[in-house]
Amino acid sequence: MQPKDSHPRTMYDKIWDDHLVLDDGVQAPLIYVDRHLIHEVTSPQAFEGLRLAGRKVRRRDLTLATMDHNVPTHTRDMRAAEPLSRLQMETLAANCEEYGIRIYALGHPCQGVVHIIGPELGFTLPGAVIVCGDSHTSTHGAFGALAFGIGTSEVEHVLATQTLRQYKAGNMEVRVEGRLKRGVFAKDVVLAIIGTIGTLGGQGFVIEYTGEAIRALSLEGRMTVCNMSIEAGAKAGMVAPDEKTFAYLREREFAPKGAMFERAISYWETLASDPGAVFDKRVEMKADDILPQVTWGTHPGMVTDIEGRVPDPAAFEDPGERESVRRALAYMGLDPGTKITDIRIDKAFIGSCTNGRIEDLRVAAGVVKGRKVHGAVHAMVVPGSEQVRREAEGEGLAGIFREAGFDWRGPGCSMCLGMNEDVLKPGERCASTSNRNFEGRQGKGGRTHLVSPAMAAAAALEGRFVDIREYL
Amino acid sequence: MEPFNTHEGIAVPLDRPDVDTDQIIPKQFLKKITKTGFGKHLFHDWRYRDDEGKEENPDFPLNQARYKGASILLARDNFGCGSSREHAPWALLDFGIRVVIAPSFADIFFNNCFKNGILPVILRREEMDRLFRYVEGREDARLTVDLEAQEVRAEDGSVYAFSGLDPFRKECLMNGWDDIELSLKHEAEIRAFEERHASAHPFYFVLNATPQG
Ligand code: SF4
Repeated sequence: MQPKDSHPRTMYDKIWDDHLVLDDGVQAPLIYVDRHLIHEVTSPQAFEGLRLAGRKVRRRDLTLATMDHNVPTHTRDMRAAEPLSRLQMETLAANCEEYGIRIYALGHPCQGVVHIIGPELGFTLPGAVIVCGDSHTSTHGAFGALAFGIGTSEVEHVLATQTLRQYKAGNMEVRVEGRLKRGVFAKDVVLAIIGTIGTLGGQGFVIEYTGEAIRALSLEGRMTVCNMSIEAGAKAGMVAPDEKTFAYLREREFAPKGAMFERAISYWETLASDPGAVFDKRVEMKADDILPQVTWGTHPGMVTDIEGRVPDPAAFEDPGERESVRRALAYMGLDPGTKITDIRIDKAFIGSCTNGRIEDLRVAAGVVKGRKVHGAVHAMVVPGSEQVRREAEGEGLAGIFREAGFDWRGPGCSMCLGMNEDVLKPGERCASTSNRNFEGRQGKGGRTHLVSPAMAAAAALEGRFVDIREYL
Repeated sequence: MEPFNTHEGIAVPLDRPDVDTDQIIPKQFLKKITKTGFGKHLFHDWRYRDDEGKEENPDFPLNQARYKGASILLARDNFGCGSSREHAPWALLDFGIRVVIAPSFADIFFNNCFKNGILPVILRREEMDRLFRYVEGREDARLTVDLEAQEVRAEDGSVYAFSGLDPFRKECLMNGWDDIELSLKHEAEIRAFEERHASAHPFYFVLNATPQG
């Protein structure tokens, strides 16, 4: 651990310094991992590797497993999953049993999407290094943690050593000043950021989100923003912890309690970037300029706002870009110049680790209340976790969705990636609150438009994209 | 892991940016619990016209006779973006790809390559343009990738030097070292750190709550 006051440091610098196990200048630095989340898809080969080498899990107490990517959402019965998915879930359960790792299996009251349950159980803490074999681990950065996705070999490395070999990334600041307009949500902020800096804009950096608009977001909103940092190519995203962060975590299951919690706060309060800390790259945006966003292409940087139109490939000067846009429009089945509000949808999906939290469902239910899903649309809501589901059912949100004609499901990743049976058919168009609009992401040939929960809800009702600001 | 020294092979061009890991290996094939057998599903949705993977798409470079047996993939910006799935390098390796050359890679994919004995080479965009032209312009375009010298050599005598490769990663790749074994040698340092960390920040080590259920 380095002297604290040597020079102004960013939050990332501080967390890095406080986790550096070894940096001999020859090997890649080793950093310590405080929290390791695992799920059924990216862990089986890691456990297999451990077994073959006769290695143990070093800190099973700092490891937590759940099932999310494959789980069926129409039932909580693992036997209902198709055989290969079921095998993965059973393998995870068996591995956790063998190595003594805590697991929230399908049907457990704490089961859910890995990035939803970490925070809601207080497993996620500020200042911690948190990893998971999943790229959206950046979500946990909303608490002021250094959280990022790793590959399966690294999962194995963490299981065996509780450390990770890492090179330090650069520091980047994305500042969003001012206040968000009505009808503009965290999802719109992050889509606008990616639209501005591009899918390579954060490459090689850990992004710290700052500014009034970010501070004003709830922890749920900050999670939505940090979640999609990876879509801007960043290593991780983070927001400095504050009173809201501490209030969110107080009394959560795994969070420290009593005097220990107060002691933690006094440390967490020192994490914010020092005045004068140097960022290698800085981007500033005005909250005021951000309107509700809709993606039109096949990566999240291909985005415009609700007042916009589908672009014309011919308008792009760079030949490579022109070709990507042309290809994207062909895949998406969209004509240049089409108004976003003229795009009709077949499906709506509200859920995922980006927007499957209770606050998201509250906003969507507020839009839906007393209205009906458009006759040509199949709409589904998939809560991010059992806890979110219970809360939503308790508050009557599930009833609102059901009455409007939404399919109300059990928690899981579901149509965010379509590994279970929730998939788009070829050519189907979906308003989705998830994070990736890649070709085939939600099903082969499926067409994904990324939007906020409010926008997805309104699109489900109208059968096309509408300006949510006229709706609220 | 197989050591990597000099590799010579046929190069296949994949001329599109932002190729994500969902394209490299679509999610319907992630359900295996082993690391092998992913090669036949590599680029599945582009490579085949049907879901079963029986009917090849002749327009896709990997299916073209001139690129049969390719072991070097030429790609564009942001290759390997998206999901962290290591199934992507497993699929490439299982198919026979040992080198991917692109102007930029997504971070996690880049890392994952080294863990599997695949060399990701970063060249400048102009150099990539030249390499694409070279490979597309002749039958049986072979390249030699020399890790030690850090250069890519073409048969017409052109040489592309690459940098941006960390010496430690290079050494691991050249020796086929197992990362975990190297790290376990530092057990004493890990333990010492853990003790310091636990006394300075004990709140990260209290997880004794037992949620209901
Ligand atoms: S909800 Fe989607 S993005 Fe999040 S962990 Fe699941 S599959 Fe990944």
